[in-house]
Amino acid sequence: MQRGAALGLALGALALGGALGFYLLSAPETWRMARGVTIVDDKRTPDLANGERLFNAGGCTSCHSVPGQNDRLQLGGGLAFDTPFGILHAPNISQDRNQGIGAWSLGDFARAMREGVSPQGRNYYPAFPYTSYQRMTPSDIADLYGYLKTLPASTQVSKPHQMAFPFNITRGLGLWKLAFLDGKPFTPDPARDAQWNLGAYLVNGPGHCAECHSPRNAAGAIIPSLRFAGGPDPEGKGFVPNITQADNGLKKWSAGDIAELLKSGFTPDYDSVGGTMAPVVKNMARLSDADRMAMGVYLKSLPAIETPPRPAKKQ
Amino acid sequence: MKRFVLAGLAIALGATAVLAQDVIAQRRDIMKGVGGATRDPGAMLKGEQPFDLAKVQRTLAVYQDAAKKMPGLYPADSKTGGDTSAAPKIWEDSAGFKAAFDKFAADSAAAAAAIKDEASFKANFPNVLKDCGSCHESYRLKKG
Repeated sequence: MQRGAALGLALGALALGGALGFYLLSAPETWRMARGVTIVDDKRTPDLANGERLFNAGGCTSCHSVPGQNDRLQLGGGLAFDTPFGILHAPNISQDRNQGIGAWSLGDFARAMREGVSPQGRNYYPAFPYTSYQRMTPSDIADLYGYLKTLPASTQVSKPHQMAFPFNITRGLGLWKLAFLDGKPFTPDPARDAQWNLGAYLVNGPGHCAECHSPRNAAGAIIPSLRFAGGPDPEGKGFVPNITQADNGLKKWSAGDIAELLKSGFTPDYDSVGGTMAPVVKNMARLSDADRMAMGVYLKSLPAIETPPRPAKKQ
Repeated sequence: MKRFVLAGLAIALGATAVLAQDVIAQRRDIMKGVGGATRDPGAMLKGEQPFDLAKVQRTLAVYQDAAKKMPGLYPADSKTGGDTSAAPKIWEDSAGFKAAFDKFAADSAAAAAAIKDEASFKANFPNVLKDCGSCHESYRLKKG
């Protein structure tokens, strides 16, 4: 009996210790201690044209505009994402103070973009690609924030997510972030020229190309060694192409071919891209030729990585 | 008798599978033809090739022919079974799918009537090309 009580006590202490450990490790403050505090450029007068450019490069409208209507600036959200962990709904990011992000400070916005955390300290699911947006510079985030301020408000209420246990406990995402969100802003490579660095920034930061064009591990994080090598569509339908210099990737494409695809949607064979790449092209088409060409130049510099094997075909 | 029926059934099933692969191959060929026909006008738009009215009109005829044939090549048993990137939405929204090809045919016919020289080519042809992307967005899956 006594032994049983002691064991119970020990297990209880362990559970309490575990719970406390989970609580501490999953806190947004812990991530900041480990990965650095987000710099907020709140002295800046936003460059609205640059903010619009980042809005297009980031593809904000592809997920956050209201489905079934044609206005790409109505950011009331609602689009559903069928992920392996449950169904997510893109929230309202319009300027409504209650339903959207109209009441957010620049600091709130910057921490959402770079730390994946709400002003109240709630974690966002990484379907919101903060793993890429964390690379954005403080001035670019300030410009994007300024541009979003000019867009209309929508009073549409964000739909709740339908995630399976334990993924419905967003606190747990704090641990995911400690493991997979490194917090490093983009740093230019001095050995490369300005064009390459611009492309690297657009591709890895706002453009978040790797988020779809890479396979993910069981925890839903990109496998670093297979970055850009293509893989199963995270939304479960089809297969996303390899965009490294592999034989079945972009080896035969020129940087100009890549820029052309981002502008018109046509491959060098005049095949026209479909699925979720079609809306990506609509956004990228609004960038400058110089931005698209820089992305092409950067992608051409990626080493060839073989595409991971396809999952068995389901009938 | 029973064995005979079973054999007949097996042949019928096998034939359906072959037919499904057949239409998948057919529609892929037609789409490849559309892509191939776009090569010349595409290069003309980019200024890599001189404008040639006859080639442009030939391409627009290929488009109209493809738009007519394509909607009939998606029977219910051809959702899978071959090398296809057809999206399930083709069968969920078959009216919308058919309408997309009708629009492609109408836009191609309108462009064929409007294009007389290089200026009218540059003004009208890109509009037809937009139909490729808008249809693929809804009715085609990503492929790798």
